[in-house]
Amino acid sequence: MIAHTGLVFGRFMRASYRQPALIAFTLVQPAIWLLLFGQLFQGVVHIPGFGDSSYIAFLTPGIVMMTALMTSGWSGTSFIQDMERGVMDRLLASPVSRGGLMAGQLLSNATTTFIQTILVFAIGIAAGARYDGGAVGYLVTIAASVLVGLAFGSLSNAVALLTRQQEALIGIFQFVSLPLTFLSSIMIDPTVAPHWVNVAARFNPVNWATIAARQSLAADPDWSSVGRYSLYLLAFTLIVGWLSTRAFRTYQRSV
Amino acid sequence: MATHALEAADLVKTYPAGRKKPPLRALDGLSVSVPEGVVLGLLGPNGAGKSTTVKILTTLSRADSGSARVAGYDVNREPDQVRHAIGYVPQKSSSDPMATGLENLVLSGRIFGLSRHDAVQRARDLLERFGLSDHGDRPVRTYSGGMQRKLDVALGLVHRPKVLFLDEPTTGLDPEARADLWNEVLRLSGQEGLTVLLTTHYLEEADRLAGQLAIVDHGRIVAEGTPEELKAGLRGDSVQVELVDPDTDGTVRSLLAQLPGIDEVLVEGNTLRARVDRGATAVPEVLGALEDKAIPVVAVTVSRPSLDDVYLQLTGRSFRVTEEAA
Repeated sequence: MIAHTGLVFGRFMRASYRQPALIAFTLVQPAIWLLLFGQLFQGVVHIPGFGDSSYIAFLTPGIVMMTALMTSGWSGTSFIQDMERGVMDRLLASPVSRGGLMAGQLLSNATTTFIQTILVFAIGIAAGARYDGGAVGYLVTIAASVLVGLAFGSLSNAVALLTRQQEALIGIFQFVSLPLTFLSSIMIDPTVAPHWVNVAARFNPVNWATIAARQSLAADPDWSSVGRYSLYLLAFTLIVGWLSTRAFRTYQRSV
Repeated sequence: MATHALEAADLVKTYPAGRKKPPLRALDGLSVSVPEGVVLGLLGPNGAGKSTTVKILTTLSRADSGSARVAGYDVNREPDQVRHAIGYVPQKSSSDPMATGLENLVLSGRIFGLSRHDAVQRARDLLERFGLSDHGDRPVRTYSGGMQRKLDVALGLVHRPKVLFLDEPTTGLDPEARADLWNEVLRLSGQEGLTVLLTTHYLEEADRLAGQLAIVDHGRIVAEGTPEELKAGLRGDSVQVELVDPDTDGTVRSLLAQLPGIDEVLVEGNTLRARVDRGATAVPEVLGALEDKAIPVVAVTVSRPSLDDVYLQLTGRSFRVTEEAA
């Protein structure tokens, strides 16, 4: 499986290098979000009870997670392209490891997330965000964003295998991604949000990642909270990763 | 030796009902076997069950019931061994358009466990053999349809399979590219003793490539044999009469059926087809009878039996008409 993961990873990475316009777009998009939302909502820090005093510092880890989520939603499109041609059928009639097929694609997606995360931080810091925590905070944020990318990327791949339609994939993902973004602490401190939003956010993996990242970047991190949410996120990623690999069987039953 | 590279018995496959479509019984007890080193042509119109058969034999899909062995392995119980032993060229192009021809072949070779060095060597050999050497470093999306199809076949051969599955290999190709690919398939079976299962809806292709033919209709095999055997099963010649007006009330049909030496008259719009004992004597009689009744005729043709006639006789439908309906 590891050898096949590497081979599949190499294939998708090579394909990305050959689409420089797409790379540019995926990198510019989070920069625009960060600057746009940073300006639009900067007043919220003045609401009594809002925890942070610099909105850009508050927002940056949130935009990291939002970017990871949005980018991973497109992950399944490469499977759909493979299904529209005979590539998927040829691969599934070969001894390729199904886990490797999934993992290789997801890792190429995670590489994009990794680069985007660093870029969002660079822009956030250039725009004035400052973090008191040390290097560990950045590492936790990167790890959490990669997990968000892997988890939602594998969900996207599973939806692709089950629906086999680009339109269905995009429709479903758009339906899910906005609630996942807004029912969380990505843009707003939960203390100023309605109670029910806080309840919903408790079950939102994107929110787990945001909390773990923000905590670990703080001056005096609550490491038990970071550890707990990171663990939730890791468990969620492993479960959906396993489930999505099972989706190959469902696809094969329907062809 | 009379060993079979491929044996399938009583395959049944039903696709569940979907939105706006009823459940579809794609295979209805299909059985087929292919001796080692033989090219078997699975011939039939779209929707007859050819691709479904291939998908089950390549382990891509699973039959609801029935059994199959490919290269000595059971497709249900030993799918991994089957996958190592076969090459599969799906109906749709199976190369990655963003990668180069060489990269496609190397990746496939490595998935089958070749070392990097061996995979590159094998890829270069195959590019050379299929006349793609000059294009190996170009992305596949810049290839013509014929070049892509050759690469597809090369992808199916990377790991030197024992059995090769070609699902409609030449559909959509221009005549030149088709002839090219035919020569390649003939060479594979002739020189290398590869067993090939080929699906096609081109009678000409089946006639040209396949040593054995199996005609598929509604998910079953309705006839099997060499192309010559199948054609020899038909007596006499085939006469086709093209009328000016369609024979809507069946008068022309009954008129011809009464003539001596003529049987199996079939009507399709303006065209009547009949089996006759001897074409040379039947034509004047047919023309005479039509002239007596003042029925205008566009053309009359006589031909030796073709696979189209075999198909017509077995299914009651002309191949072309079935194709148009599909």
